[in-house]
Amino acid sequence: MIPPLRPKVELLSRAYVEKVVSEALGLLEGEGVFVENAEARALFHEAGTAVDDDAQRVRIPTRLVEEALASTPATIVLSDRAGSGEFTVGGDEVHFDPGSTATRVLDSETQRERKAVTADVVRLARLTDACEHIHFQSTALISADVPEIVADSYRLYLGLLYSAKPIVTGTFRTAGFKPMLDMLIAVRGGAEALRRRPLAVFDACPSPPLKWSNLTAQSLIDSARAGLPSQLISMSLTGATAPVTLGGALVQHTAENLSGLVICQLARKGAPVIFGGSPASFDMRKGTTPMGAMETMMIDMAYAQIGKHLGLPTHAYMGLSDAKIPDAQCGFETGMGAVLAALAGINVISGPGMMDFESTQSPEKLLIDNDICGMVYRLLDGVAQRDEPLAAHLFDGIRPDTQFLTMPHTRKWYRIEHRMANLADRDTYDAWEGAGRKSIGDRAAERVRTLLAAVSPNLPDAALQKELRAIMEADARSNGAAGLPELP
Amino acid sequence: MDKTTPLYARMAEAIVAGDAETAAALARQALDGRLDLQAAIEHGYIPGIRRVGELWESGEYFLPELITSAAAMKAALAVLGPALDATAAAGLSRGRIVIGTIEGDIHDIGKNLVSSMLSANGFDVVDLGADVKIDRFIDAAVETRADLICLSALLTTTMLGQRRVIERLRERGLRDRFKVLVGGAPVSRAWAAEIGADGYGENALAAVTQAAALAAARRTP
Repeated sequence: MIPPLRPKVELLSRAYVEKVVSEALGLLEGEGVFVENAEARALFHEAGTAVDDDAQRVRIPTRLVEEALASTPATIVLSDRAGSGEFTVGGDEVHFDPGSTATRVLDSETQRERKAVTADVVRLARLTDACEHIHFQSTALISADVPEIVADSYRLYLGLLYSAKPIVTGTFRTAGFKPMLDMLIAVRGGAEALRRRPLAVFDACPSPPLKWSNLTAQSLIDSARAGLPSQLISMSLTGATAPVTLGGALVQHTAENLSGLVICQLARKGAPVIFGGSPASFDMRKGTTPMGAMETMMIDMAYAQIGKHLGLPTHAYMGLSDAKIPDAQCGFETGMGAVLAALAGINVISGPGMMDFESTQSPEKLLIDNDICGMVYRLLDGVAQRDEPLAAHLFDGIRPDTQFLTMPHTRKWYRIEHRMANLADRDTYDAWEGAGRKSIGDRAAERVRTLLAAVSPNLPDAALQKELRAIMEADARSNGAAGLPELP
Repeated sequence: MDKTTPLYARMAEAIVAGDAETAAALARQALDGRLDLQAAIEHGYIPGIRRVGELWESGEYFLPELITSAAAMKAALAVLGPALDATAAAGLSRGRIVIGTIEGDIHDIGKNLVSSMLSANGFDVVDLGADVKIDRFIDAAVETRADLICLSALLTTTMLGQRRVIERLRERGLRDRFKVLVGGAPVSRAWAAEIGADGYGENALAAVTQAAALAAARRTP
């Protein structure tokens, strides 16, 4: 049998990749990066690097970057809350997670954006848990009904309660890491067990151009020491906070990510790192950051190729849209992004559910996107050889009235070779009209309701729930927060 | 009009072209020639920036042109400003604005756009930069006797600091002294209303319009 070809797209020639890397290394060595965090600068200092503490500037020699690359694992294996599932992040493996850290939810009833509260975060986590093609969850929504100071730990708390999937998260304050780590350790039953089987990924965003804030550098250091993967999210805006050309933006992106990777390796050699990002083709009229622009997706695919060239796991914010309602734009931007990201072999694709420039999550869009992800996985499976010969034997004794519906061969393969449509409309016109002329948004809204009614929350055992609650309450108390919202 | 007309036209052209060097050189020429500086601003530079606004509105200019022209305007005003007498300067200024990006955020692209557009449009701008502490906004506004405080935030997390500035103004009994304008990628009109801000600029030009309205309202007794 001929094995199927893994469909793949690359945008850059090898010479182009090498040129970007070489300019990025030159940039790090020549101009360097700004590092606000004193502990991170001390790490560079200890490594014998020239550090200008007054200017908070570090010039990173190529040798140090190369050493850091050599000690960074090429693959990471995440596991779920029960510690059972294994998800390889590396090679050309593809995993989707809902785009993280939206502040607003597209209200299911009104289809208008509003601030998210606990009930929304829980709903989204439960839906994510039920989406078979979305392997990871993320702390996708920020809950506005808890004090802002504990917004980071609270969203992780809800995620760990309501979904068993590995989780993409991040801190909003340097002190946020400790309670978040404590929760993860509680789930895993120990710090060493967590290190061996990481459950969470911590996003850390450098500030373009070439700056690591105190908070983000601290997140890199803390995650590295805990053995949790840091996902480097460079987010340059072409022509605004980065060079306007795609090639120029790639140089900055690569330099920013490599500097973050070095910080991780200096904090702890062998720390897992994901070469990711959320760059955008800056809109020169609106001043906005379109995630659905083709140029944005091209930068994503290209830096991921560079990450792969460097032997690193990769990530991108793709498969999301700038539309404000689940309309045609919402679908085409998400669909194109998800397909292209998967064809680029990006390991962690953050996007499903997300709209309006990463500001909003929609439960309905999440379910539509789950179907898109399913189609993407089908594409990645490629065209297999199922039989030897492929078909010659099926035509033995062919007659004018030969059909295939009743052939055993059809029954053997149709469910494997073809995916059933879920939310996509494949009705005849009359059937569609008879069913009430529903849009995909309408059908997704119905599916949200039935899913939430049918599936009971995937909660951990009572003892763990209690332990997580205790950590969360202690964090809230120590930050002067009176109480936490009731859980639905 | 007299022999200064071509000079005024060249001043306007320098602004429209976004040529900071020429804009500043022409300002020095006006200074050395002891010309009426207020007239140079009113009949030279301001028509230039007004034209830039029109080109933006008509879809011909985009952000790079807009901001480059704003920078040219700033360069010319930097030359002329110190030479203007206090009354003339006060007459030209549309108001004083303290602007910065909230603590925890070292992204300042949006703030820089707004800051440039405000200066180019005749506001006296005190730019505190990025990662500005809550009380620093208020202290600077008190010290400089500002009319407006403009708060920028790019991150959903630091956006929350905008509310804290307004709360802090109340705690310090200063809420009525300053108008507060908020902006930034995650900020919405609803958010501005919720935290009790006086205005919300969805983009740099909207911020200028809002600031102008708020400053004018404040200065009208």
